[in-house]
Amino acid sequence: MYGYPNDRLVMDEAEFEAYVQGGGQVEAGDPMPDDYRKALVKFIEMHGNSELMGVLPEREWILRAPTLQRKLALTSKVQDEVGHAQLIYRVVEDLGKPREACLDDLVAGKTKFHNVFHYPTKTWGDVGVIAWLVDAAAIISQKALLKCSYAPYARIMKKICWEESFHILHGRDVILTMMNGTEEQRELVQEALDRWWGPLMQFHGNPIPAADDPMYRWRIKSQANEEARQQFLDGYVPQIRELGLTVPDPQLEKRKDGVWEYSEPDWDELKWVVTGHGPETERRLGFRQASREETAWVRRAVLADAA
Amino acid sequence: MNFPRRLGPSGAGRSRASPGGSRAGQGTGMIWEVFRQEREGQPFQHGGSLEAPNLVFAEAYAREFYGRRDESFALWIVPREAVKEVREPYVAEVFDRDYRRVDGYSLKVKLKEARERAGTSRAG
Amino acid sequence: MNAQALLELADDELVLGWRDSEWTGIAPFLEEDVAFSSIAQTEIGHARAWYELAAKELGTDADALAFDRDPAEYLCAPFVELRLVHDWAQTIARHWLYESADAIRIDALKSSDDPDIAGLAEKVDREEVYHRMHAAMWEERLRGEPAFQKAVDDLWPSAAALLPPDQRATLATIVGKDVPSNRLLLAHERGQHSDDFRPLWEEMTMVRRSVPGASW
Repeated sequence: MYGYPNDRLVMDEAEFEAYVQGGGQVEAGDPMPDDYRKALVKFIEMHGNSELMGVLPEREWILRAPTLQRKLALTSKVQDEVGHAQLIYRVVEDLGKPREACLDDLVAGKTKFHNVFHYPTKTWGDVGVIAWLVDAAAIISQKALLKCSYAPYARIMKKICWEESFHILHGRDVILTMMNGTEEQRELVQEALDRWWGPLMQFHGNPIPAADDPMYRWRIKSQANEEARQQFLDGYVPQIRELGLTVPDPQLEKRKDGVWEYSEPDWDELKWVVTGHGPETERRLGFRQASREETAWVRRAVLADAA
Repeated sequence: MNFPRRLGPSGAGRSRASPGGSRAGQGTGMIWEVFRQEREGQPFQHGGSLEAPNLVFAEAYAREFYGRRDESFALWIVPREAVKEVREPYVAEVFDRDYRRVDGYSLKVKLKEARERAGTSRAG
Repeated sequence: MNAQALLELADDELVLGWRDSEWTGIAPFLEEDVAFSSIAQTEIGHARAWYELAAKELGTDADALAFDRDPAEYLCAPFVELRLVHDWAQTIARHWLYESADAIRIDALKSSDDPDIAGLAEKVDREEVYHRMHAAMWEERLRGEPAFQKAVDDLWPSAAALLPPDQRATLATIVGKDVPSNRLLLAHERGQHSDDFRPLWEEMTMVRRSVPGASW
């Protein structure tokens, strides 16, 4: 049982599941099943880790941005992502796991972050493709989280989704400018798309039946992985093709019933990458840890004797 | 709006979190709650929380997080400890207190009687 | 005020903003990361505004001035070129010294005979209020830290050299130091670049140079 005698919110796990499935909301101070709390922390922490790690590939290009406007827009985008990490880790902290513990586990490889942030960026074409397509894939998942049963998380998702809308515009602008530019620039975009397509198709995860997934039973997630992927393809394949770009999957095709068919993504690669074996994983985690160590004295000096 | 319980010896028993607790970062900064006014004249609504060593830093960060896109007309910044959360605030749920509700009043019959006495009742 | 003087100002802001943007994503803690990134963006934004004024006079555009000159043609002071990232004490020391110095020169520009310059200086000054608050906030918090004091001492000659000679005494009074000797200042004067500048310029212009003349 959760809660105390005489507590109106006393619920066993079955009642709690029915409560959240019926649209019931849970706040930070509410009694909740331990498994629900653990699942929440794991899911939300991974999101925070992803925002934080996603910053690393992009921040290199801030320094290389080829116009003042692009430099400003990209710095602003990355700044938003750091801000999202802050919002997300605050939610995790209020669930019982402090920020420093999250960062410790991240750099130790004990917790995960999304596959796309384990890959290298090679050209300005990557900058456009990431802001346009990787962010688009992420936003689809994030919009579904607006209905999360855990209210503090649903609330920050509202601010996050609003800020992400600027990122997609920036991405589209970068891509369109290059596609309208020189042949060399168009090749940069196509080449980046060729490299990012595989990870993009893996991004939403392999299809799992909702009934088997506790994340759905507890309404932490409210969208199936395959549904998210289909939404992404529906929205973005036409956008990609109308620019004269080629999606590097000869089997990609929309059936008459509206369902997209595609080559089976490499699920082994996905698993291998998210368990810490991506091409850039070790270097980026090392960089994160080095940055933390170099600035540890600042946190001690500034935050330790808060007054 | 619900604020997480402070944990540890000072908390009252309903906590469920891990021993580390949700107390702001265990020896790191204080937690501040930021309320924002979306537009002039609107109520202040909770925007989020942030960690800072003191009010000067908290204000700097609140401006950044809730104002850098010029999205807030005004902000209130409050230390988390200053906020007392009251769950289920209804104070008296046993006896009916219909005098506090609109449906506690039934005037139709009395109004009809009063109009008849005054000769002002409407033709049927 | 001629284009050369405008370019000195613009180049200072561009290069300092570029240096400050190196901290985006890796600042000491997340809240500060967001705040410091805004400061970097404002610096770039101010650089753009000064470039646009210079561009009118020179018949070009702001991006061409920011990205298409040879390293020797940039007029920034060595102070802003120094690579300080990963050292927060030095970064904040420079931030505090720069804001103190910049306040003096912006104030002087507000009285310029040229209405465009006076007007822009007025706008810049209003936004700099936030930078000065931020720098003061950090200076107060770190002034007891030996690393910060040492950073201020080490960077002081370079900071003084940022300003024209007639403004240096004012800066010295504000930060509580003596104007360095000419011998000390020589290595930091405008008109030369530090060793850190060339790698910065290479990275800053690499995408731009990869397809010359292209729109991005």
